[in-house]
Amino acid sequence: MKRIKAAYSLIPVFIFLLIWEMAARLELIPGHFFFPPFTAVVQEFYHLTANGVLPANFLRSLARVLIGFTTGSIAGLLMGILMGYKETINKTFHPIFSLLYPIPALGWLPILMLWFGISEMLPIMIIFICSFFPVLYNTVTGIKTVDKNFIKVAKTLGASERKILSTILLPLALTNIFTGLRLEAGMAWRVIIAAEMVAIPTGIGALLMRAESLIRIDIVIVCLMVLSVMCLSFERFFIYMEHKLTGKWR
Amino acid sequence: MPAIELKNISNFICRNISLRISDGELMVLLGPTGAGKTTLLNIVSGLIEYEGSILFDGVSIDKIPVNRRSVGYLLQDLALFPHLDVASNITYGLKIQKRRVYEIKARLDEMLDLMNIPDLARRYPKDLSGGEKQRVALARALAPSPQVLLLDEPMSNLDPLTKETILDEFKSIQRKTGITTIYVTHDQDEALYLGDRASVLNKGKIEQIEASDKLFYHPKTEFVARFVGAKNILKARIIKIKQHEAIVYINNECLVQPFKIRVKRYPIFEKGKEISLCIHPEKIILKKVNEAVGNNLNRIRGKIVNRRSNGKTLKATIDIGGTEIHAAIPKALFDFKIHENVWVCFAPDAPHPLCGKRCRAAEASRRCLNLG
Repeated sequence: MKRIKAAYSLIPVFIFLLIWEMAARLELIPGHFFFPPFTAVVQEFYHLTANGVLPANFLRSLARVLIGFTTGSIAGLLMGILMGYKETINKTFHPIFSLLYPIPALGWLPILMLWFGISEMLPIMIIFICSFFPVLYNTVTGIKTVDKNFIKVAKTLGASERKILSTILLPLALTNIFTGLRLEAGMAWRVIIAAEMVAIPTGIGALLMRAESLIRIDIVIVCLMVLSVMCLSFERFFIYMEHKLTGKWR
Repeated sequence: MPAIELKNISNFICRNISLRISDGELMVLLGPTGAGKTTLLNIVSGLIEYEGSILFDGVSIDKIPVNRRSVGYLLQDLALFPHLDVASNITYGLKIQKRRVYEIKARLDEMLDLMNIPDLARRYPKDLSGGEKQRVALARALAPSPQVLLLDEPMSNLDPLTKETILDEFKSIQRKTGITTIYVTHDQDEALYLGDRASVLNKGKIEQIEASDKLFYHPKTEFVARFVGAKNILKARIIKIKQHEAIVYINNECLVQPFKIRVKRYPIFEKGKEISLCIHPEKIILKKVNEAVGNNLNRIRGKIVNRRSNGKTLKATIDIGGTEIHAAIPKALFDFKIHENVWVCFAPDAPHPLCGKRCRAAEASRRCLNLG
């Protein structure tokens, strides 16, 4: 049944691609020079993959996203646990993070360029910042919104503070934590592409900028499609993990 | 199981509460919302700070933190851990105590059998009915073999039928395990059914501690009387004392014309003394004005001003010349219309004197209970 539903959801995509292909082939759109047919994009995708340009740039971007996202999320998670669990730590850091959080991740670009130069650290730091805050705040919220009665009962059943954290608070905060991770997984890709377009000479974003300067719309669309697939895959991965870990009891 | 003794317990709500609960006893704490019932349970469990002292079998536990007090606590909303299945909920405390795996397994089976829920072990709380949740929560509280069991209005979210079944089961489990229990409720039927003794709390103070059935029929203060449903409070002055009866003059402020009634003689009666009498609505009999009333009954003329159905009984409010009397009459016997004039009748032993503060003293308490 699920497979049939998935097949149904693909039908609009196929129709969209068909319209795209026909509109480009029949030159229905003015300025058709800037509107290659879908099959030409697929052909270019194959070409870029075969000559290694796309994989090389993709792996660069992927590595940056993975390192930045993982370190940022872990740091956000640990800080979130501390702030959610200990009110004194929350009171100390909350004002500082409240000031830093509203700054968009790309807003850090100029200062990070001066600090780190054009190096691998630059995109990784941007992704780190972009991942840190949402995971931090979702973890704090997750822990703080756990029903206090669960803590009461756990205490009377003999649980220490640490046990309560590991057996009650964290499992119950998982839903919120995964919301943060899911949102930021997609955001990390959007941010890395933007950073690479502006300041880094390698990666999917840089490839996209080069294609734009050469007026290669087919390559631009290939890059955008890779971005779209990666955003979607990362988000789906965390939805799957959330369901796997919390689906039974939610 | 230990006897519990609370000595001068005070905090932001409770005021100088002293209470002794015997080994294996089930003490019911009654009181309106905000009286301090839950606070008192939180104090006994060690969840909140307090002044005074708590003793288990004569040994102070004031310095023992909540996680080492060996107290099973069943909260009003049960607070079953939603991310753990029934088996994990029940064994949570045992795992915390780092018991051996076979011990945990054995105790889990024992609890599932005791609560009659062996097929629920792998279910999650979201998939349980109200009654099942109740049983699981009780099993979880009992599994680590606590010394004391605290229950905070655990039946408040159940339908009457399930409640009755669970109450039966709980009573039998409490008797079987012999665990010293404090049971908080505002439901008088629960208190009557379950408790060995009941305490009524009001504004952080104990108003009366009594055997459950006595508490309902012999309230000592106006507050307790009203709380247990003895709504009819009459202010009276004793004008004549006979061998077995007394004649009292009812002079409630609102009465247009005070009247005399006969009341059973109580030891605290003294001629000229002002007292308060309470009459349970169930002890009131209504008769038509043209109907004969036996000489052994008091009768007052009144007019029915309100009536409402309450299950098998009809609750009527009767105006007796400025003040209101409440009667609870079995539906089958109620043959009166609203605004109809009636005789409000009651036997001389129906009114019961409220002893007020004097009765709180041990001596007065004894005199009140041994009712002349």
